[in-house]
Amino acid sequence: MSVIVSTLIAILVLGAMALVFGAILGFASVKFHVEGDPLAEQLDALLPQTQCGQCGYPGCKPYAEAVANGEAINKCAPGGEDTIKKIADLLGVDVQPMDENHEADNTPKVAFIIEEDCIGCTKCIQACPVDAILGTTKQMHTIIADECTGCDLCVDPCPVDCIVMMPIAKTPQNWQWDLNNIPVVQLD
Amino acid sequence: MASVIERIKRGHFWTFHGGIHPPQQKFLTSDKPIRAISIPEQLILPLQQHIGIPAQLQVKVGDKVLKGQALTYGAHPMAVPIHAPTSGIITAIKNAVIAHPSGLSELCLFITPDGEDKWRPRSICTDFNQLTNNQLIDKISSSGISGMGGAGFPTQVKVSTREDIQYLIINAAECEPYITADDLLIREHSPSILDGINILDKILSPDHVLIGIEDNKPQAIKALQQATADNAKINVCVLPTKYPTGGEKQLIQILTGQEVPAGVLPSSLGIVMQNIATCFAIADAVINDTPLIKRVVTVSGQALEKPQNVWSLLGTPVGYLLAQCGYLNKDKKHIIMGGPMMGYSLPTDQVPVVKTTNCILAPTEKEISSPYSTGSKEVECIRCGQCSDVCPSQLLPQELQWSAKAKDQQQLAKLNLFDCIECGACAYVCPSQIPLVHYYRIAKSEIRQQKQLDIKAEHAKVRFEARKERLARDKIAREEKHKAAAEARKARMNSGSTAGNNEKSAVAAALARVKAKKAGQAEPDKTSVSEAPENGQKSQVAAAIARAKAKKLAAKKSKSTETSVVADNVTGNTESSIDDKKAKIAVAVAKAKAKKRDDKLTTPTESNPVADKDIETTLNADIKSVTATDNKKAKIAAAVAKAKSKKLHKKSEKPEKSKAGSSIAKQEDNEAMSSEVEPVKSADDKKAKIAAAVAKAKAKKLASQKEKVTTPVDNSSTDNKVINTETEIKTPEEVKKAKIAAAVAKAKAKKIASQQEKSEST
Repeated sequence: MSVIVSTLIAILVLGAMALVFGAILGFASVKFHVEGDPLAEQLDALLPQTQCGQCGYPGCKPYAEAVANGEAINKCAPGGEDTIKKIADLLGVDVQPMDENHEADNTPKVAFIIEEDCIGCTKCIQACPVDAILGTTKQMHTIIADECTGCDLCVDPCPVDCIVMMPIAKTPQNWQWDLNNIPVVQLD
Repeated sequence: MASVIERIKRGHFWTFHGGIHPPQQKFLTSDKPIRAISIPEQLILPLQQHIGIPAQLQVKVGDKVLKGQALTYGAHPMAVPIHAPTSGIITAIKNAVIAHPSGLSELCLFITPDGEDKWRPRSICTDFNQLTNNQLIDKISSSGISGMGGAGFPTQVKVSTREDIQYLIINAAECEPYITADDLLIREHSPSILDGINILDKILSPDHVLIGIEDNKPQAIKALQQATADNAKINVCVLPTKYPTGGEKQLIQILTGQEVPAGVLPSSLGIVMQNIATCFAIADAVINDTPLIKRVVTVSGQALEKPQNVWSLLGTPVGYLLAQCGYLNKDKKHIIMGGPMMGYSLPTDQVPVVKTTNCILAPTEKEISSPYSTGSKEVECIRCGQCSDVCPSQLLPQELQWSAKAKDQQQLAKLNLFDCIECGACAYVCPSQIPLVHYYRIAKSEIRQQKQLDIKAEHAKVRFEARKERLARDKIAREEKHKAAAEARKARMNSGSTAGNNEKSAVAAALARVKAKKAGQAEPDKTSVSEAPENGQKSQVAAAIARAKAKKLAAKKSKSTETSVVADNVTGNTESSIDDKKAKIAVAVAKAKAKKRDDKLTTPTESNPVADKDIETTLNADIKSVTATDNKKAKIAAAVAKAKSKKLHKKSEKPEKSKAGSSIAKQEDNEAMSSEVEPVKSADDKKAKIAAAVAKAKAKKLASQKEKVTTPVDNSSTDNKVINTETEIKTPEEVKKAKIAAAVAKAKAKKIASQQEKSEST
């Protein structure tokens, strides 16, 4: 008899607790509901935001969303190995080598318009994902170098091939204490 | 606060953690007066000699400048101007190696002195107390004064602080070995220094002025004490010698017992620190109207015959100073700019002296070995912990070193890497000879770079999102506009007015046109099997026509029977005697056409009767343009050919059109000719355009190579070749035109390619 009673009490107590916690959890999920996918947001923050589309997605955000949904993590060419490592850390998966199709030289570059060749067709302006090209119809265009992400997207649409990608110059401001690369001059 | 001053007056100071006592080596230069040296043959002035941004150039090559004339100006507080150290001519403004550990080049002004050393007009200020603080700060900023102790922080930013200043600390510690520049300056110019201190006192009005000086400079201490004897506000604080007492944070800690928190400026603690050489420069600028154009530089080291402090003009090449001091080590130069602890090796002796250069060190190999000659002697860390014992910032150098090597930026941040003052004490004591500071510098620059990249990425993201939004907005706006326009039209049509009726008929016509086009499109899209023979027939017809034409022409010109024979046997022997050029071309065209037909049989979607006619017209154009002697005619011919081709292809659609359709055909022709922007929908359009481009290219070619007759049809055989011919015909006069034409052709080729893909997939 007492065994049945104590079992019943146990069931009732645990059941009551389950109800209470369930209610709390249910309330919390409504109250602290997060809009959007927080994982995609975090991934997006790791991507270099060049918006170059080399991953096959129209921008960094769509790729971040795709990675959150199981897309391969090794498709960001401008981010390189560092970005793969960071994404792997975040997702808790193994680091993969850069996808062969997406492997690219990821030295930072900016676009440069050879201005005497520009015919003012505005095609590059339409292609630029960050509005870093200035110009209008039949007027010479130019790149706002500070805004340029070096995504390469303007190079292809140019009908006269007047856009070239130039590596960012080393200056004393962005020099990284690479003492081994200082030209050693034997003084005489 | 009173207790701080009492303590100082009693000669009791605080101390900082760690520190080292390297050999002083100051005896080499401390017993000789500051020597004035002659003006070098050339001065090299980097535009930026301080922390901040370079000011704007206001001189150009060839300008004659006077001594003390401003060469740059800057409205930004972090942009410090530079001045001409002597009168002369600016011979160049170009990139040259600057005084920076990287050995990279930056923009420099090259001045060739004229030897006159002629000053610009100056106004001596006899009593600076009559000037307002703003006037004083203006003088300091226009004289280009930045910190002369080593970091080069713009002085005007420091003195225009809004904080309530308790202590003005004058840094005369000069704790680095070898350097005696401040020592000698105090001994020889203590009255001027005192003026400078008084000017700072007036601007900042601190409660106390403390001069921190190490006890290894007895003569300088005496000079300072004598100069400040009648000023109770100024305290000369004689500190025990220990490296790095001269560090800003360390000196503040010794004198006031306060630690400056990370990322906080001393001014927020009510403390401003100025180097003693800066005080001298301020006095010179305010009283003598002399901008910062020269400084005391200790030229020392055992590789010199006559090590001495010198008054060096800014911009003097280091090699010149060394030569003046009797440099012995001719075969193997190792020159250090700055002291032995915090200085850096120079890649060349053409580096100029700048505002922050307090010492040029030319040691023998035995004294300080060159990193270039010996390489790294670094061995593994043995975890002895000596580095953390000596670290004045109480960091953990060995932990930092591991994290720096592993590039663990989070851990480095946790270990407060950015509190490291790079004094080099840890590397000095390291028994494993690990260049610790070097690792920290690399790590610091990497973290800074990463921060920059993060900021840039965030910025790019914002711009990308903004662009997306803008495009979406534009799209909606456009759609609404179209909707509104359509509704307005509808309303007008339903109103029953004459204008409305006209529009109604126009719409009906447009609908008919669209229908006709669709029908035209549907036809070539039929299965390839049924079309193949038809195409064969067509090509034969075309070849026959071409042949006939060639015949006619040949007959007209030469009237020889041979010509017609050859023309009949187009595929046969073309080498036989035809003198007429035109006839030859005609034959070649016909041949190419026949070939093309064959090719097209394999790709039926491409074939088109209209194209044949088009090519014929271009052929006509060719013939015309050959006979034409000037460019104009050729061009007109091309235009005619283009127009014709368009007309022809429109006419070809006629039979398929309904009655209503045929009635608008003429109107349509006009439309097609005038509106190029109309999207190319049918394959016919495409062909016509290719033909037009070919004709254009041909006309150009003919114009550029009047006499040289080539076989233009070769170029029309493939789409790609169209582009080739167009790019080939670039003449220097017509580069732009040709480029535009190339762009058009390229765009067309692209369109065609995409359409082909489409049609193949269907």
